[in-house]
Amino acid sequence: MQNDVVLTMRGIVKTFPGTRALDGVDFTLRKGEVHALMGENGAGKSTLIKVLTGVYEKDAGSIWVEGSEGEAHIHSPQDAQNIGISTVYQEITLCPNLTVAENMFIGRTKGSRVNWREYEKRADELLSNLGIPARARQELSHCSLAVQQMVAIARAVDMNCKVLILDEPTSSLDDKEVEMLFKLMRDLKSRGVGIVFVTHFLEQVYEISDRITVLRNGQLVGEYPVSELPQVELVARMMGKDLDDLADLEAVGEKSAGSQEIVYEAQGLSSVDCRPYDFSIRRGEVNGFTGLLGSGRSESVRAIFGADRVTGGKVKVRGKYVKITNPHDAMKNGIGYLPEDRKRDGIIADLSVRENIILALQVMKGFFHPMSKAQMKEFADEYIKALQIKTASQDTPIKSLSGGNQQKVILARWLLTHPDYLILDEPTRGIDVGTKLEIQKLVLKLAEENMSVTFISSEIEEMLRTCSRLIVMRDRKIVGELTGDQLTQGYVMKTIAGGEQ
Amino acid sequence: MSNGFKKKMASELSQLLIPLIALGILILFNLIRDPRFFSIGVAVNNDGNSVLTGNLISIIDSASELAIIAMGMTLVTAACGGQDISVGAVGAISGAVFVKLVQAMGGINAGTFAAAMLLAILVTVCFKLFNGTLVAVFRIQPMIATLILYSCGRSIAYWINGDATPQLTSPILTAIGMTIPGVPVPTPIFCVLLVSLLLALIFRFTNISLYTQSVGINQGAARLNGINPILIKLLSFVLLGVCVSVASLIGISRLGQLNHKTLLVDIEMDAILAVAIGGNNLGGGKFKISGSILGAYIIQMLTTTLYAMKVSPVNVKAYKAIVIIIIVIAGSPVVKEKLRAIWKRLKTGRVARKEVA
Ligand SMILES: Nc1ncnc2c1ncn2[C@@H]1O[C@H](COP(=O)(O)OP(=O)(O)OP(=O)(O)O)[C@@H](O)[C@H]1O
Ligand SMILES: [Mg+2]
Repeated sequence: MQNDVVLTMRGIVKTFPGTRALDGVDFTLRKGEVHALMGENGAGKSTLIKVLTGVYEKDAGSIWVEGSEGEAHIHSPQDAQNIGISTVYQEITLCPNLTVAENMFIGRTKGSRVNWREYEKRADELLSNLGIPARARQELSHCSLAVQQMVAIARAVDMNCKVLILDEPTSSLDDKEVEMLFKLMRDLKSRGVGIVFVTHFLEQVYEISDRITVLRNGQLVGEYPVSELPQVELVARMMGKDLDDLADLEAVGEKSAGSQEIVYEAQGLSSVDCRPYDFSIRRGEVNGFTGLLGSGRSESVRAIFGADRVTGGKVKVRGKYVKITNPHDAMKNGIGYLPEDRKRDGIIADLSVRENIILALQVMKGFFHPMSKAQMKEFADEYIKALQIKTASQDTPIKSLSGGNQQKVILARWLLTHPDYLILDEPTRGIDVGTKLEIQKLVLKLAEENMSVTFISSEIEEMLRTCSRLIVMRDRKIVGELTGDQLTQGYVMKTIAGGEQ
Repeated sequence: MSNGFKKKMASELSQLLIPLIALGILILFNLIRDPRFFSIGVAVNNDGNSVLTGNLISIIDSASELAIIAMGMTLVTAACGGQDISVGAVGAISGAVFVKLVQAMGGINAGTFAAAMLLAILVTVCFKLFNGTLVAVFRIQPMIATLILYSCGRSIAYWINGDATPQLTSPILTAIGMTIPGVPVPTPIFCVLLVSLLLALIFRFTNISLYTQSVGINQGAARLNGINPILIKLLSFVLLGVCVSVASLIGISRLGQLNHKTLLVDIEMDAILAVAIGGNNLGGGKFKISGSILGAYIIQMLTTTLYAMKVSPVNVKAYKAIVIIIIVIAGSPVVKEKLRAIWKRLKTGRVARKEVA
C-alpha cells in the first residue's frame, strides 16, 4: 500500500435479491483528496458506501484502512466510526423529534452521565462556525430540509475522522450553502482528511474534486484525475454512450407560454405557512417559483395543493370558483403535486414499486373502485419503462431502490394521474444528468400536450431551460415576475438577491 | 412450476413461514407424544345429534373468538401502529347490551335475536368510534386511548345488567355456540369462516388494504395522495368493533349465560400476540390477516397441548409465555436476517462444492 493512501477497497461484490449492486469494484482514497464517486442512478454508489461503513455485509472483496493492521473488519457503522470513517448518508438518518444538539451528539457521548448543557454549548459553537442557521435546543423537525442536511454534516465533521463520506450532501442545498460546505471540505482536506463525495451536479465535481471514480451498473469503469476527464467525457463514461449520442440530449426543446385559457387562478391564497398571494397559470404553460431556500417557494405551492392548512383566499379552476382545502380536493380538480421531501412526503417505504406508482390514481378512482391487478401491472410496467426505473421487479419495496430511482417512481405516480396542472417541487433531486435532461424534455412535451406545469428547482439553469415565466420570492413574499428577455441567469440571480428594482 | 410463480409463492409465504413452522412443530410434538392426539371421532350429544369430537375440532372451535378478534386487531394495528387493549371489556359490554335487549323483548326468537344482535353491534361500534376518535383525531397512543375502556368496560357491563349472571336457553343460542342440528361441525368454526369471507369481500371490493397500509407506513405521504388518515383509522376501529361484538355473541352462546367478569377475559393479550405471531409488525404498516388467524390457532393449540399434558392451570400461562417468546423471536427481523445469511452461505457452499466435483 502506498503511504499516502488511507483507504483501499478491492473486488467488492454485493448482491441483493434480483440485483447485483456491486460487481468486483475497486476504490482507492488518498490522504487530503476529494474523490468524486460518480455514476447513474442505481450504479451502486450508495451501496459501495454502505458496504464500507458496515451497513451492509459485503459478499466478497477486501477493505484496508490506514492505521489498522491487515484487512479492516467493519460489521457495523459503529466499527466504521471507531476506525475513523464518518458518513453522511443520502437519506437523512437523524431523529426529527430530538433537538439539534441531541442529534449531533447522540451515540457519541462519553460516560454514563451526560452533561447536555455542555454538549449544547459545543453544538452551538460548531453550528455558528459552520454558519448553520440552527440553534442547539431547537427540535430538528422544525428545521428545513437543507438545515437538517447541514446538521447531519456537522455531526459527521465533529468527529476526528480520517475519511469523510458525503453521499449527495448538496442535493437540497442552495449555492450559498454549497459554498459553505465546500469551504469546510477544503479545510478538512488541508488537514489530511480523505473525502468521498457523491453528487449528480457536475459543476460541483469540477469545482472541488481531485479525482473521479466512475461506476456503471455495479461495475468499475475507471479512476481518473479530474484534469484528464473533461465533463462530456465523464458523462459518456457514466452513461456508457458514445459522445455522438450525447449531442441530441442537450437540445431540450421549445419553451411554452401556453394558450390564453387560465387553468388555475388564486387570489389572496394563504396557508399556515404562507402569506396571501395571487397567482395564475395558463393551459400548457410552464412556470417556476424561485428564490433562496426558506424564501417560501415550497410553502406557496403547497398551499395550492392544500398540503398545509389553507387559511384564506379564493381559487378558480378552469374559470369556476372551487374550494381546495386538502390534497383530495386538489386532485379532484385535476391538480397533482410532487413534494420536495421524498422520504417524508413521497414514498410509502414498505409498499412495492407498483403500489407506489398507482397510489394517487387509485385514490382518484375512489375507495370503492379498486383497479384490477392486471391493470396495476400494466400501468407500473408502462412507467418503469418510460422513466427507465431501475428495479428488480414491480414487487420490490420502494425503499430498496436507489435514491434517484425512488424519485422516478414518485414522478411516475403523478404522471399516471394525467393532471391538468402538475406541480413539481424539485423533481430532479438526486437524479443523474442524463435523466435530468430527459425529465426536462418530458415537462416540455407535457406542456405541448396542454398540461400546465409549475416547476421548482434549486438549479436556476434547469428552470431557465423549461419555464417561460419565473416568479421570484424573497422572505416569503413574491418580489418579481420574470418573462422573456429577463430570463437570464444573471438577471434572475440579481432579482433573487434583491439587488435591483 | 414456473420460476416466477415459485418466487411469488416464496414471497407470499415468507411472512407466514415462521408461524407455519411453529404450527408444524406443535403438531409433530403432539403426534410423537400421543399418536392419537388428533384423531377425530363421532359422538352423540345431549340433543341427540351426532357431532365430531377430538382435540383438533376442539382447538379450532375454541380459537374462534380469538381468531375473529385478531382479524380486527390486525387492521387497527396496521392503521394506527398500536393495539386496542379494551376488546375483552368492550366485548362484555356488547354481551350485556345483547342480553338486556333480548330480555326486554321477552325472550329469544329469530326476530329478537337479530334485532338485539344488530343493536349490540351498533353500541360496540360506537364505543370503538370513541376509541378511534381519541387515536385518529387527538393522536393519543392506541394503548392509552383504550386503557380507559379496558379498566371500566366491565363495570359498564355490570351497570347495564346488574350483578346477575343471566341464564339464556334457546335453540338459537345452542345452534350458534354448539352445533346446528344435522351439522356435525361446531358452528363457531363457521362464524370464523363467515367473518373471514366478509373481510375478504371488503378487501376485494374496496381499497381498504392499500389505504390502511399507506396510512400505517407514512401517514403524511398518504394524506398528500388524497387519503384521509382519520377516516381510515376510524374505519379500522369500526371493523374491530364488529369483530368484538360477534366474538362476544359466540362466547355467550357457548355457555348459555352472560358473566360480565369472565366473558372474553384476557383475550386482548392473546389477540395482540396472535397478530405478532402472524408476522405482522406491531408498529403498523404492512399486514396479513391470514397470519393473525394462524397465530390465533397456534395460541389455542398451545393451550390445549399444555392442558393435555396435565400442566396445572397456574403454570399454563408461564409455559405459554415461554413458547410464544420463542416464536416471536424466531420471527424477528434480526433472526430472520441471520437465518437468510446462513441459508445463502449454505447454498453458495453447495454450488461451489458441485463445481469442484
Ligand atoms: N437494500 C436493498 N435491497 C435490494 N436492492 C437494493 C438495496 N439497496 C440498493 N439496491 C439496488 O442496488 C442498486 C444500486 O443502488 P445504489 O443505491 O447503490 O445506487 P446509487 O448509485 O446510489 O444511485 P442514486 O444515484 O440513485 O442514489 C440499485 O439497483 C438498487 O435497486
Ligand atoms: Mg445513492
